[in-house]
Amino acid sequence: MADRTETILEVRNLHTHFHTESGVVRALEGVDFTLNRGQVLGVVGESGCGKSVTAQCIMNMVPSRGRIVDGSVIYHQRNGQGTEAVEITALPPKSREMRRIRGNEIAMIFQEPMTSLDPLYTVGNQLLEAINLHQDVDRTEARALAVHSLDRVQLPEPERVFASYPHQLSGGQRQRVMIAIALSCNPTLLIADEPTTALDVTTQAQILSLMRDLQDETHMSIIFITHDLGVVAEMCDEVAVMYLGKVVEQTDIDTTFYSPRHPYTQALLRSIPRLDDDQGRRLEVIAGSVPDPSSIPSGCRFHPRCPDFVTGVCEQREPVLIRIDEDHQVRCHLYDETASSQPGTQP
Amino acid sequence: MSDQSLTLPSAVSEPQAADVEVNLSAGEIGQLSLWYLIWRRFLRNRLAVAATFVLLLLYLMVALAEFITPYDHLLSNEDFVARAPQLPRFRDAAGQFHLRPFVYGTTTELDTYNLDWVHKDDTSQMYPLKLFVKGVPYKLLGLFPSERHLYGVDEPGTVFLLGTDRLGRDLFSRIVFGGRISMTVGLIGVSLTILFGSVMGTISGYFGGPVDTVIQRFIELLMSFPAIALWAALAAAMPADITIVTRFFLISIILSLIGWTSLARQVRAKVLAFREMEFSSAATAAGASHFRIIMVHMLPNALSHIIVIATLAIPGMILAETALSFLGLGILPPAVSWGTLLQDAQTVGVVIKKPWLMLPGAFVIVSVLSFNFLGDGIRDAVDPFAL
Amino acid sequence: MLAFIARRLVYMISTLVLISFVGFLIINLPPGSYIDVFQAQRQLQGTHTAEAELEALKRRYGLDKPVPVQYWIWVRGFVRGDFGRSFEFNREVSELIWERLGFTVAIATGSLLFIWLVAIPIGIYTATHQYKLGDNVATIVGMAGLSIPDFMLALVLMVVIQRLFGFTVGGLFSREYVDAPWSLAKVIDLVKHLWVPIVVVGTSGTAGLMRIMRGNLLDILNMQYVQAARARGLREATVVVKHAVRNAIHPLIMLLGMSLPTIISGSLIVSIVLGLPTTGPLYFNALRQQDMYLAGTFLMFLAFMLVLGNFLADILLGLIDPRIRYE
Repeated sequence: MADRTETILEVRNLHTHFHTESGVVRALEGVDFTLNRGQVLGVVGESGCGKSVTAQCIMNMVPSRGRIVDGSVIYHQRNGQGTEAVEITALPPKSREMRRIRGNEIAMIFQEPMTSLDPLYTVGNQLLEAINLHQDVDRTEARALAVHSLDRVQLPEPERVFASYPHQLSGGQRQRVMIAIALSCNPTLLIADEPTTALDVTTQAQILSLMRDLQDETHMSIIFITHDLGVVAEMCDEVAVMYLGKVVEQTDIDTTFYSPRHPYTQALLRSIPRLDDDQGRRLEVIAGSVPDPSSIPSGCRFHPRCPDFVTGVCEQREPVLIRIDEDHQVRCHLYDETASSQPGTQP
Repeated sequence: MSDQSLTLPSAVSEPQAADVEVNLSAGEIGQLSLWYLIWRRFLRNRLAVAATFVLLLLYLMVALAEFITPYDHLLSNEDFVARAPQLPRFRDAAGQFHLRPFVYGTTTELDTYNLDWVHKDDTSQMYPLKLFVKGVPYKLLGLFPSERHLYGVDEPGTVFLLGTDRLGRDLFSRIVFGGRISMTVGLIGVSLTILFGSVMGTISGYFGGPVDTVIQRFIELLMSFPAIALWAALAAAMPADITIVTRFFLISIILSLIGWTSLARQVRAKVLAFREMEFSSAATAAGASHFRIIMVHMLPNALSHIIVIATLAIPGMILAETALSFLGLGILPPAVSWGTLLQDAQTVGVVIKKPWLMLPGAFVIVSVLSFNFLGDGIRDAVDPFAL
Repeated sequence: MLAFIARRLVYMISTLVLISFVGFLIINLPPGSYIDVFQAQRQLQGTHTAEAELEALKRRYGLDKPVPVQYWIWVRGFVRGDFGRSFEFNREVSELIWERLGFTVAIATGSLLFIWLVAIPIGIYTATHQYKLGDNVATIVGMAGLSIPDFMLALVLMVVIQRLFGFTVGGLFSREYVDAPWSLAKVIDLVKHLWVPIVVVGTSGTAGLMRIMRGNLLDILNMQYVQAARARGLREATVVVKHAVRNAIHPLIMLLGMSLPTIISGSLIVSIVLGLPTTGPLYFNALRQQDMYLAGTFLMFLAFMLVLGNFLADILLGLIDPRIRYE
């Protein structure tokens, strides 16, 4: 049983910039969160807020035009009795150490199951790739492991799937294959980048329940990247909310849904329908739209859309992450005693 | 947005019409800024901008050919057969410096072993280069009579900056006049290519079905011939007794007959993609005709694409004309093009003994290279996400 | 797979029929009838044509019959290996064509290999080192390669080789082997001469393929399955070679059929400069002399070769791409 208070991953003040022809795009400008062993962390935000880039940073797989300019990702690796802190962002992306972590310690599944398997190789080939790389097994053992991992993700006829080409499988089946590949080496951390977004609702539910079962079984940690708060409610223990490249709030699941502090989190929650809503309540929308990453607002990035905007403060100074509780951090001037005397209105 | 409002005015009442107008101008501003963005991205590509200047210079050169060239490009001169280039010099044989560049005169001997005329610089004769000298009368741009030429030397001196050909004709003058044909055959060919290619591609993609199948099959058939061979066969089939101008236009047509196929395919792909998009359904729903949908909605959307393909097709046309004329199947003497000039340099022996006869090729390379860089620059500016 | 091949085969045959129409059209395109040109040519050569010979020609090609019948007579001749007669050489076209086509195929195949061996590695290098110095150099050199007319490149290379190695290039055989019967020594001599046209024709094709390979690979490197392979912990070289490059090469195999015409075009024109006994010089000469049965047949056979090449490329693609194989 994993110790739920033991930290497995720390992301500290992460800044990642992309150099494009039309200037520098500041994709991440301060991402902070921690994840404990055996926990499921949801990373939530609108599209373009930097969720996927965060995942790429943790895997140390930032596209060639991107650069981690500041901050760190620290992975606490178990070895024998104790743990050893590995600073992933300090490892060269193509180094042996990094490759030993990828797939083996930290595995990842992607958004588009239709394109995340190489169309030219069988499922078995791609599954064996991971197994042979990270586990010291002979051919027959490797094959047995592969078929077993397909069986574990509840694919019927695992032997047939093993010999199939990706184009012969449906989207849901392919995502199961991706999960099987990811879990074949028993990683301690799984990053799931919107794994159900591209699937239809029924398949989505099946995949989610599969992932929950597998988490119960293996007690691995999961970072679940999504824009769907319903999925978060179903899957996660902890939630980090991102807005324009910054984590604006991190806390446990209950606090997120019942007493969120950041105005953005509050607005997000007001924008989803609930079964216990009063009849006739209009769903609220967040005013304005996500600004273009090349024209980021000054001060607090959310201030132009914020209902609790404080003139003279929010547009001038960038808020820092404030710990308001043992397990609750918020990046908002409303909770900064030194900046503002009037606390925000609670919902 | 503006696409939809464009089809609606007849259906809206008075007060709304004003709104539509406002939308329209907003749409125009959007269009403007799009082209402005493309322009800005293009300017940032230094290679493409340089190529544009080179091309403008070349076209200016061929437009003002009569003024720029010192001699009549058809005038043969048996005293100076295959003379090497006369380089402008500043320092004479005695080592004295001259501010005004000059060229030497020529002495000619017969090489009795090879039976060939040998020309040497005669350092005792010096002819200073002069600007705006009087020479053969001509009409500039076909309008303004003049007899001034950009540069020249006093009689009996000669100035063959790039040497002469086997009939003693000034190569520089011939290259400039040859450029008239070589640099325009591509433009005309490409205009026809755009016309055939976009019309056929649009028809094929928009109507689909059997029309599409027939057109695509025809394109495949044309593409299964080696282009040079088919061009040559068509060129050979031209009657021999036609005028230079007719021949020039027929060659342009032949070049475009094959060039349109790839453009048609790409336009078809674009149209197929647009057909699936919302705005064309909206236009159909608003009762717009096929012709209107194609002309108002689809062609403008494919325009930037067509421009890129066209620019990148011009080099192929110039090279094809050069190759055909080199083979003696394209432009025929006495008309000159860079290809016919290169006919003089068909063997290694000539290239080693008279390397300046390859100079027309340098002009081909520079213009083709410039068009390639220009096309690349436009493509990157129009679609920054393409490779 | 068999069904796939059968489908492509039917398609190929229908294309061949269409090509023969074009070939026939080309033969009949020049103004003046075949008989007139034939007579004029003979008079130029100083020989008089007997009335009986003309009659025989008319009967052979059915020149007094309607056009569809003429076409049928011409096509029917193929089965017997009869493609018409060249009056320039006063020989059967079939006698002239085979050896020359063989050399053309040899040069085209060699050039194709050369292009792939050179262009693919450079394409891979430039895509994996985007915007680095090597990439920029390759782009500019490639662009220059695209802009030089084939025949000029041939001339310049010939001069360079002559200067560097001190031997004269041109032709496919040394003087003593030209008319000699085939032997091992003759083959070795052929190979010694063959590389010049192969390099020349290949050089201009390399630039284009290199750029396409670079573009394809850049696209593929952004695909999710490449990221997924990387996320499994595979070595970067394995990711690039096993997953990215193989996927990027597939569209190139489809392009193979389309690049063949360019290669053949290049070899035709380079042959003239290098004085090679291939299709090129004979074909262009036939066109200039309006020797249309020879020219038309050559053109048709060149197209046949291309279609056959396309067919083979299709099958190759089917063999290596499961999506097509299992269609």
